[in-house]
Amino acid sequence: MAPSPCFHCQTNRAVIIRPKNREKLCRTCFINVFETEVHETITSTSLFYPGERVAIGASGGKDSTVLASVLKTLNERYNYGLDLCLLSIDEGIKGYRDDSLETVKRNAEQYEMPLEIVGYDELYGWTMDQVVAQVGKKGNCTYCGVFRRQALDRGAARLGIKHVVTGHNADDVAETVMMNLLRGDLPRLSRGTSIVTDSAASDIKRSKPLKYAYEKEIVLYAHHKQLDYFSTECIYSPEAFRGSARTLIKDLEKIRPSSILDIVKSGEDMAELVPAEIKGKACARAADDESTGGCGSQNGRTRGGEMAEMEKKLADDEAAESREVEIKLPAQSVPLPRKKQNKGIKGSTQKTIKTQTMGTCERCGYISSQKICKACTLLEGLNKNRPKTAIEVGVGLEDEESSSTLMRQMERVQLGG
Amino acid sequence: MTTDTEINPESARPEAHGSLSVTVEFTGGLEMLFSNERKHSVTLPARLSDGGRPSISFLLEYLVKNVMKDERKELFMLEDNVRPGILVLINDADWELEGEEKYELQPADNIVFVSTLHGG
Repeated sequence: MAPSPCFHCQTNRAVIIRPKNREKLCRTCFINVFETEVHETITSTSLFYPGERVAIGASGGKDSTVLASVLKTLNERYNYGLDLCLLSIDEGIKGYRDDSLETVKRNAEQYEMPLEIVGYDELYGWTMDQVVAQVGKKGNCTYCGVFRRQALDRGAARLGIKHVVTGHNADDVAETVMMNLLRGDLPRLSRGTSIVTDSAASDIKRSKPLKYAYEKEIVLYAHHKQLDYFSTECIYSPEAFRGSARTLIKDLEKIRPSSILDIVKSGEDMAELVPAEIKGKACARAADDESTGGCGSQNGRTRGGEMAEMEKKLADDEAAESREVEIKLPAQSVPLPRKKQNKGIKGSTQKTIKTQTMGTCERCGYISSQKICKACTLLEGLNKNRPKTAIEVGVGLEDEESSSTLMRQMERVQLGG
Repeated sequence: MTTDTEINPESARPEAHGSLSVTVEFTGGLEMLFSNERKHSVTLPARLSDGGRPSISFLLEYLVKNVMKDERKELFMLEDNVRPGILVLINDADWELEGEEKYELQPADNIVFVSTLHGG
């Protein structure tokens, strides 16, 4: 096949074909276009203000490494006036996080940014290695997810920083949209698509400047700029990247590459249609959703499990629906009650929107809708050497799917694996 | 698929020796499936039994049979092709620009497989 010239400069040999529009670009033009598009995302959403201190949630992986590199470049090129630093979490997993933290330490030098590492051991008195030694590999991701959610906020608070950026990309957002669509979870759907996910209950906002960037382009950007990143799988969930939501997204991309951004766009459009009262009543903060997918490894497994569960629920619903014809028919002339009636019938799948008042945890002072926040509840169980089932009851209704559903998924994964 | 023999006349020569050497690299976490080695030197027959040149498809089959020690073949290949989410670069260019799995290997080609599926 004869080499194709770059679509932009018409001179150099094209080395990449863009998933979003099939444009063939050379290395230099691609890097330029990629950076410019992130810049456009940042300016069109007024993401930062001059002089803002911003912490980059850094794992040493491709996404956060590319984010750090691009933000440094743009900050200098366009004079954003940002004060950037790297914020990493040390879950305390030997042979996994210690290696990737070495990458982050090198990045800190390469990008001349200060680095803050927040450890689970100092925050909670437990490393993940110790948690796993106590609770086993089954269900340990729940602890990690809950702990991580607070750890980023606490690390930022320690630095006196009110804005944390994460490396979530378009594929991640598309995956979240698909999941929430399948779950019929409108509040999460609307929150998950927005670039900034702040909450009235927290003064630390989170944003994802790479939300329109294809994972493929992120990897290619890292490759062509020869960025130093670390790819690994958490040793406690080694087969994680087989998640079926992820697989679905990647399969769609293969057939029609623009699908990913189209799903993101659809998610945003649907979010617009979500009534304000539902958005407002959204429980907990949107960062919750992200923290469950925050680590690449948990990503696939958790969401894959959720997907399987959702597929089963959908099948059950369908089966139930066919049996419900007579119940539903009389209500058809009156649209509103019918909706309600359906909700009642499918009680188990339809989530009722709860009004939650945000307060602070009585023990640690972290934002919580319960008297005791989830991290403290989990810690109580760990410290009392109690099995996790007791904790599940203790967590109660807060964040229904991230607690009890996650527990069930873990069981499922364990049984399946 | 046309080959650029007129641009690169040397490419035909090593066939006389009956073998063709290429460099294969695995990154983005894929090295874990290949004995934790990033770079592998692979020597293939220059002509296959049907008279054709080895393609990326042939290379994939070869890698799974001869180089990959990990049992989890499905993490690298699905339905006789590269698993979606794994990028392939042929001499640093996206394989989509080169004809994907039908690309016919040239001597000293550098083939990179990068996983996008792994986390940090």
